[in-house]
Amino acid sequence: MIEVKDLSKAFDKGKVKAVDGVSFTARDGEITGLLGPNGAGKTTSLRMLYTLMKPDSGQVLVDGIDAAVDPLAVRRRLGVLPDARGLYKRLTARENIDYFARLHGIESAQMHARREALVDALDMRDILDRKTEGFSQGQRVKTAIARALVHDPRNVILDEPTNGLDVMATRGLRAFMLKLKQEGRCVLFSSHIMQEVAMLCDRIVVIAHGRVVADESPAALRAQTGEENLEDAFVKIIGSEEGLAA
Amino acid sequence: MKAILTVFLKELRENLRDKRTLTNALLVGPLIGPVMFVMMLNVVINHEFSRAEAPLKLPVIGAEHAPNLIKTLKMMGLEPQAPVADPVQAVLDQKADAVLRIPADYGKAWSKGEPAQVELFYDSSQRDSSSPVRRIQSMITNYAKQQASMRLVARGLSPALLSPITLDTRDQSTPQSRASMLFSMLPYFFVLTIFLGGMYLAIDLTAGERERQSLEPLFANPVARWRILLGKLGAISAFSLASLLICIAAFAVAGNFLPADKLGMNLDLGLHFALSTLLLMLPLLLLLSALQTLVAAFAKSYREAQTYLGILMIVPALPSVVLSVMPIKPATWMYAVPLLGQQVGITELLRGNAINGTDIGICLLSGFAVALVTIVITALVYRSERLAISA
Repeated sequence: MIEVKDLSKAFDKGKVKAVDGVSFTARDGEITGLLGPNGAGKTTSLRMLYTLMKPDSGQVLVDGIDAAVDPLAVRRRLGVLPDARGLYKRLTARENIDYFARLHGIESAQMHARREALVDALDMRDILDRKTEGFSQGQRVKTAIARALVHDPRNVILDEPTNGLDVMATRGLRAFMLKLKQEGRCVLFSSHIMQEVAMLCDRIVVIAHGRVVADESPAALRAQTGEENLEDAFVKIIGSEEGLAA
Repeated sequence: MKAILTVFLKELRENLRDKRTLTNALLVGPLIGPVMFVMMLNVVINHEFSRAEAPLKLPVIGAEHAPNLIKTLKMMGLEPQAPVADPVQAVLDQKADAVLRIPADYGKAWSKGEPAQVELFYDSSQRDSSSPVRRIQSMITNYAKQQASMRLVARGLSPALLSPITLDTRDQSTPQSRASMLFSMLPYFFVLTIFLGGMYLAIDLTAGERERQSLEPLFANPVARWRILLGKLGAISAFSLASLLICIAAFAVAGNFLPADKLGMNLDLGLHFALSTLLLMLPLLLLLSALQTLVAAFAKSYREAQTYLGILMIVPALPSVVLSVMPIKPATWMYAVPLLGQQVGITELLRGNAINGTDIGICLLSGFAVALVTIVITALVYRSERLAISA
């Protein structure tokens, strides 16, 4: 479970408030979607979750562990696909995955079993022993996800996972996320694609201008805005928030 | 410790697969020094020796006008060559280092007891001309003095009248000391090879990894950043060390091709020299790899890092340049200054002098201390938020 309480982060010596008092909870066995337009503060919020950045104020708890107190323990419980998902081009997909497994301190036998399970789940057997130089976007994302989840984390954070993927790869990835949910994990992902969030999420956290403007189930979101179509609901929420901000 | 080793092994494996890194770190870097050095030294030494020993070959125009002069010059080592049509052009075209011309009225002036003219054509902007010109000038001056003395004696006067003062010059330089200026470059080659050996990794492992967007996922692992840094520094140092070992071995081999005997010096680039140099250089391996990583961490891109490191490469050359321009007597305090200490130490080894244990100890201690400080500073920079974020 991931709990975020009143998180804030400013850049340029406080001039630009990227995240301004964000709070939400992502529960185990659920998919939580972080929805917002580009530049709303999704990536910055996630970066504070996986302790790449320190929040100016607020608290992050992962399975009850405070990220500010024990960042290493928090990272051990997280599987992260960051916005930056560069692979090592001179290593094969397998070597890329194993590198991260070793950094997590996983024993060889366990590493092997875990890697094989992911390779099957992500359907990437054919690319496993190829150097990642020249991989397609879909192959790169698969490899990046496999290495992020090789330590079998309870909590999974995916920053715009379907970005740049074609239809087939996107469908495969969505199925994989549902599988993670069925395994009882806490899945938190960000997106700016409405349909995707509506289809997958048990809970939608809408972020605009660094603030949470809605935190509901998809059905509740529709009810709240009185819009049958979720996209219209989304526009209404963001739009009204913009009106308030101005 | 396991995480450090994991990073270290992965960086080694990845970079051993990169041909460009391999050629630069293990071929160009370590061999450029020995090759350049042997070539430079051979050219300079052989040049000087062949000039001093060989007969002086110059075209002489109008030799028939002064048979006695030519006969004496021949005895002094001149080998007159066939006359050229245009002495000025011959000198300008560098067909001859210098041309001697004896005018037709030489004999007439000689018989009358007037100063007889002899012309020497040369181009002082040609380095090659200075040695032959000096030799022919001194030959003719000697001949003139000899003749002047004979004329005085014939008139019953003492030849001593011509020399109210005699200046005897006593040059104390030896071939060895004259060559030492060349040798002051040698320690820099060792530093350079360490630098080149680690440079591509230092750039790749920080600026490159950030540019390829793999630093952020790496930092999402439950490993403290200073451990990741140590693994990377280890890999950089390993490449520098390999480069240094190849370089030292190459110098040991190259020592056999140096005409050191001609200099009358005992140039020992063998095992003792190799091991002592390696020992002195150890702190620099760490210091330079940390320094390069530190600089690369500030760069926003691979290219920018390359530019910065290119500038940084000049810094270790400074002690070499300074010491070759103004030779300073080695003092103990110099060993406490990294780079300068190595420079002084290796120069002493080259001269065949032993370095005492205290000086080696000071050199290693201060070197490792400065390396440690640099590593700590780099680790602090590694902790910054900005470092991980590529965009």
